[in-house]
Amino acid sequence: MLRFRRWMQAGAVCLLAVVMLGADPGTRFEKMGHAMICTCGCGQILLECNHVGCPVSPVMIGELHAQIDSGGSNTMIFNWFAAKYGGTVLASPIRGGFDNVAWIAPMAVFLLATVGVGFLIRMWTSRRMALSAAGPVVGPLVGGDALRERIRRETEY
Amino acid sequence: MQLHPMPEFGSFTLLLALALCVYTLVMGAAALWRTRGVSAGVDRQADKLGETARRAGISSFIVVSCAAFALVWASFTNDYSVSYILHHTNRALNTAYKFSALWSGQEGSLLLWAWLLSAYGFVLRMRHKVDVRLTAFASTILAGVQVFFLMLLNFAAPPFAVEPGPVAQDGFGLNPLLQYPEMVIHPPMLYLGYVGFSVPFAFALGALMMRYPGEKWIHITRRWTMVTWLFLTCGIFLGAHWAYSVLGWGGYWGWDPVENASLMPWLTGTAFLHSVMMQEKRGMMKSWNVWLIFSTFLLTILGTLLTRSGIVSSVHAFASSNIGDWFYAFILIAFAVCLFTFFRQRDHLKSENRLESLVSRESSFLFNNLILLAACFTVLWGTLFPILSEYVQGTKVTMGAPFYNRVNLPIGLFLLFLTGIGPLLAWRSTSLRTIRRNFVLPGIAMGVALVVLLAVGVRPWKDGDDWQSTLFSLVTFTLAAGVITAIASEFLRGASVVATQTGKNLLASMVLLTRRNTRRYGGYIVHFGIVVMFIGIAGGAFNQSHEQEMGYGDTLTMGPYRLVCQSFTQDSKPEFDTEYALLDVFKGQKKLVQLAPEKRIYFPNTDHAQPSTMVAMHSTLASDLYVIYEGRDVDTDKPIIKVFLNPLMNWIWIGVLIVVAGTLLALVPSLTRSPVRAAVVEATLAEAQVYHA
Repeated sequence: MLRFRRWMQAGAVCLLAVVMLGADPGTRFEKMGHAMICTCGCGQILLECNHVGCPVSPVMIGELHAQIDSGGSNTMIFNWFAAKYGGTVLASPIRGGFDNVAWIAPMAVFLLATVGVGFLIRMWTSRRMALSAAGPVVGPLVGGDALRERIRRETEY
Repeated sequence: MQLHPMPEFGSFTLLLALALCVYTLVMGAAALWRTRGVSAGVDRQADKLGETARRAGISSFIVVSCAAFALVWASFTNDYSVSYILHHTNRALNTAYKFSALWSGQEGSLLLWAWLLSAYGFVLRMRHKVDVRLTAFASTILAGVQVFFLMLLNFAAPPFAVEPGPVAQDGFGLNPLLQYPEMVIHPPMLYLGYVGFSVPFAFALGALMMRYPGEKWIHITRRWTMVTWLFLTCGIFLGAHWAYSVLGWGGYWGWDPVENASLMPWLTGTAFLHSVMMQEKRGMMKSWNVWLIFSTFLLTILGTLLTRSGIVSSVHAFASSNIGDWFYAFILIAFAVCLFTFFRQRDHLKSENRLESLVSRESSFLFNNLILLAACFTVLWGTLFPILSEYVQGTKVTMGAPFYNRVNLPIGLFLLFLTGIGPLLAWRSTSLRTIRRNFVLPGIAMGVALVVLLAVGVRPWKDGDDWQSTLFSLVTFTLAAGVITAIASEFLRGASVVATQTGKNLLASMVLLTRRNTRRYGGYIVHFGIVVMFIGIAGGAFNQSHEQEMGYGDTLTMGPYRLVCQSFTQDSKPEFDTEYALLDVFKGQKKLVQLAPEKRIYFPNTDHAQPSTMVAMHSTLASDLYVIYEGRDVDTDKPIIKVFLNPLMNWIWIGVLIVVAGTLLALVPSLTRSPVRAAVVEATLAEAQVYHA
């Protein structure tokens, strides 16, 4: 048990190392630049804006460099941009509060639906098994042609 | 007063088409009402009335075709008295784009929609003998949809509106982004898909209204649904390819609301194509299937609403207009009709069978539906969340690619997993032995793929990489290996049985096997195509880009390629001003190709000057070298070149071609059973019957 726990702890440390390390400034700039959009109206990701002489994206990219160099955390930098350009500058809702609903709802619906389908399958199969235990299943379609048709239909791909 | 014969002819034909469709709807409904509960031929007058309604529906196709012809004619003859032609064409436009002007603006695209709908209606009404009464129901419902679009064209967005004042000498021209060969076929393909779902919808609603016995309506609509799905698939990917080749941002899917609007009905349509098999084979999921096709139809209309109402901001959306209200009203009416019919007839939708085992083909279909609908919900949620956020918080938010990619990636991987295991499970119940037999090879393939991928460097923990993207790619490649092996082993297993029976070689046996059951093996090929597309999409995790000023002789290195600038210049042409660079591409010491990325400014020196990027690309199976000319540095006057290296991009387009081929194959009728084979099957069935009794 103790050995298992140690392995788990070591695994958690490795996972954290993978997540936290290797975030060099270049990667961080790329990541943050891809998490914001250009506010010139093109709707493109900040680092992907390709307009000739776009007046906005070079300024924003310069500001992003400056903010990263000043040592602020990602949250602080995103908040700075959201305060300056409005919430729509962020390419996804990451400000917390009601923004979290955007992320939670699809996952919650997916999980609930999965549980629901699992429950439905279980209910159907257990009902079927109960019927089987009660006696031979005699369906409404039993009979010469009807049975043939049913077997053909259910076994043909 | 000046006469405008063609626009007046066009307006008249639209009005006539509306009258014909109203007749089809009202008289068709009256005839159906009078003949309810009686056998065919009892009420002769009602039958005749129904026949006149059918013929009026057929005529509406001819009349709407005349309207579409009038608009195209006005475009070809530069009739700038028509406001639509003035705003979407000019004299310099070539013939193909003058034709595509039909769908380059709101009014024209609505006319295209109405024309395609009438064309589908024409085919449906001509083939009424397949089932006269069911087709009469479907024709009447379709006429209802036609009436809506023709009312829009007559009263809200008339394509033949005449421009006041003197006639202009030249038009404003077509949006340069639309002047691309794919744009001539992408919108019609997409519209064929959108509009086509009206037909299975009409059949499903009609079958429910008349309490149609059995599953024949599914057989009747199977080809309609598949063809429609195929058109929608082609439309979506032509759009993606256009975005990749023309917009010049290095990607192909931006999760724009209008792109999402096309994806949602595709997802529910795909779910319908799968779950309808459960109804065909086992009489299950009847209510579910009916709602899937209702939802698919309603989503096609919702997509149009999103595009045209201006409720969500989109780079594709037409300017805000008042036709959004018309769409709200139509969606509400259509939904109310569906809901009312469902509740009135729900006892008719009782399942004939129940699920017997968790490990069965049926449950895999259930989960497949769950995944597809979860993806659809995510896309719908992401599209509408900005409106919800504005309502709750008072501020809008952006739902961009980072949101969709993060939420949809796990869902996509689950779908890929089910693509592989679903066909390996038997109907009703799968034994442990079968599972072991069917899953050994795919399991080994996945293990080998994982080891090889890790060995060649696809490691999420590698320095500098985006570990999440790399992890998802690793999982995708591994699953893809398993799914491809599963599909290949299904083909081989079937072919070896045929080879034993017929003595043919394995390849010939595989062909015969496929021809004997085109639906099943066509489906496998579609799955294979989807896997190939997933591989291409997963390649996106390893995209690289670099931006650099490049003067004469300057060099830029990207992956295995070296680009050397030979020259850069600017030019002025009648339609646009252009700047471009000539770049030699080397791999090692060998010169591969010369690329000329270009930036054009259409309508220069006007208040509506519009820049356009002409991407230069060197494409191989391994990767795309994607080069764009970003502009010139104002200080140095050197061009700024941005280069992307996009691995495995071609796999996406190849995957689409495989999907198209598989779908076409599935549409081909299977070989009929030979008398000898039929006798063997009948003997087996007889034995089973004796055993069962």
